[in-house]
Amino acid sequence: MCPPTYYTVAYEINPWMHVTQQPNHARAVRQWRALHHLLTRTLRVTVWLLRARPGVPDLVFTANAGLAWGRTFIRSNFRHPQRQREEPVMERHFRQAGYRVLTLPRRHNFEGEGDALWMGGTLVLGFRFRSDAAVHEQLARLLAAEVLPVELVDRRFYHLDTCFAPLGPKTALWYPRAFDRYGRRVLENLVPDLVAVSEADATRFVCNAIALGQDLVLPAGGSARLKRQLGRRRIALHEVDLSEFLKAGGAAKCLVLRL
Amino acid sequence: MASQTVAVRGHIIDSLILPKILDEIMDLNGTFDILELSVGKRKTDPSAVRLRIDARTAKQLELILRRLARLGAVPLDQHDVRLMRAAKDGVFPATFYSTTNLPTEIRFRGRWRPVQRIEMDCGILVNPRTGQARCLPITHVHRGDWIVCGRSGVRVTPLERARDPDVFQFMGSAVSSEKPKTQLIHRLAQEMRVMKRAGRKILIVAGPAVVHTGSGPYLERLIRRGYVDALFAGNGLATHDIESALYGTSLGVSLDRGMPSKDGHDHHMRAINAIRDLGSIRQAVRRGVLRRGIMHACVTREVPFVLGGSVRDDGPLPEVITDTLRAQDAMREHIPGVGMAIMLASTLHAIATGNILPATVKTVCVDINPAVVTKLTDRGTFQSIGMVSDTESFLRELTRALHL
Repeated sequence: MCPPTYYTVAYEINPWMHVTQQPNHARAVRQWRALHHLLTRTLRVTVWLLRARPGVPDLVFTANAGLAWGRTFIRSNFRHPQRQREEPVMERHFRQAGYRVLTLPRRHNFEGEGDALWMGGTLVLGFRFRSDAAVHEQLARLLAAEVLPVELVDRRFYHLDTCFAPLGPKTALWYPRAFDRYGRRVLENLVPDLVAVSEADATRFVCNAIALGQDLVLPAGGSARLKRQLGRRRIALHEVDLSEFLKAGGAAKCLVLRL
Repeated sequence: MASQTVAVRGHIIDSLILPKILDEIMDLNGTFDILELSVGKRKTDPSAVRLRIDARTAKQLELILRRLARLGAVPLDQHDVRLMRAAKDGVFPATFYSTTNLPTEIRFRGRWRPVQRIEMDCGILVNPRTGQARCLPITHVHRGDWIVCGRSGVRVTPLERARDPDVFQFMGSAVSSEKPKTQLIHRLAQEMRVMKRAGRKILIVAGPAVVHTGSGPYLERLIRRGYVDALFAGNGLATHDIESALYGTSLGVSLDRGMPSKDGHDHHMRAINAIRDLGSIRQAVRRGVLRRGIMHACVTREVPFVLGGSVRDDGPLPEVITDTLRAQDAMREHIPGVGMAIMLASTLHAIATGNILPATVKTVCVDINPAVVTKLTDRGTFQSIGMVSDTESFLRELTRALHL
């Protein structure tokens, strides 16, 4: 994770960002600390911190920086030049941490865990708005795993982790209308137990959740119906208010990169 | 018709990327051919497919390719053209790309650009600043010109099959004297009307036999009624047309009686002499010396004509261009906008014209000798359709079909 020391909305690269609606800095820091506290203290997760740097306000959304797999880190090729400045920061950090850092050809965009999520042994790759479909072949080769690209069709859900959240080997949360009909079919075939969320829940970023065994960390504001559905599956919910990060189009999952 | 081969690799079957690619091609009215498909045996094995995509227009193809690029399909053979400078005037670089008469595009700085003034057996001149490209005859190349070399980055589009069976499909390209001519001519007349309505030009290439056979008046009628936009011929056609206008004979043979007339053998030389005396055919029309005939119709209707000379010419008439390279250039000037060319009883000028016509121009070759028709096709003007017929009966039937 990366503390939100320099977090701000400095540009608009998704429909949630408006430079006129700046996050409240003190509140953002409080919310981030609450998430960090929940993960480290309550759920006993080991969290490594990345030092915040000025000039890269979105560095706080570490999930987009790449995809870690064992001691290998596949660095992102950000689509927007504003975020490309994060690439050398991440690359240096992971090299120093002793990771083997791999990069993809520059012509292909790839936004890390933001668009690539493991569903059992299969990596699901969201493409169109940020990542390119063509990277799936290289990812499959590097990871020696099945990689299924699915197309995203709703700009509000520009990353796969904003509309799809694997909760375990058989269960996942999703907002079906963020995918085209082919993508929906692929996910229906892949995931035996898909929990569809309503549009209202989806826009509160409930799919931007961190699954840790039977625990699920998700942004606050989910509907009672969703909580009931998850409760039936014996999933323990941990809600965190992340309203200040929603102003940049991110929530719980975006703030954490899984190592 | 535009086509492009693309390749896509990866887990394209379980992710439904391949069915989606095929659906998108069809949704955008394109067609595809699966050239190669290898399916991974295990879940983690990649599959690969090579597809040829055909679309009706280059624009449509571009649209399809843009959509498919999103799905990870990359066009194969995506290289820019290689350009080399001509080292001498009138000489191409040794590896120059020799053109066909088919619509051609070059890929320059990542973009496909059409080659202008399509003509077979030329080089392609590229302006490196603007990326504009056009066909350049060998005699026009200047030292330092940028010329396309090799085949890479050059795309030739085969002619699209017409969707509705028109006369050109109906006749095919086989040359035969055993075809129902009246019906063919009626369909040709229909095609000519379509050309005129579409604002395309009709070019006539005619040999002297048009006058010898007495079909001059039919051609004259076509010109006067606006069915001819340019006339290419030689000294012979113009001379015998003027001879018939002045003396009523063609090569000394009376066109009314079909008999040689007294001292007729010198009529054509006297006709040439009279025109040379007046300075030009135009002057002869203006002075009222030339009052009828094909050339008179051209001058009064302001239909441009190019008379190309040859070594066997008598005279020639003042308008005849004896420098063959200049004659070719004069002909080239009238090619843009031509939609149909009709070649009547002419070997030399028909082939010369065929050489400079793009394949998109509908071409009809009418000759009594099947060898002329096949010769034109053999020399590369494959789009031409042949009709083995006497020009007189052809033109008579054509003017009737056009209700002239």
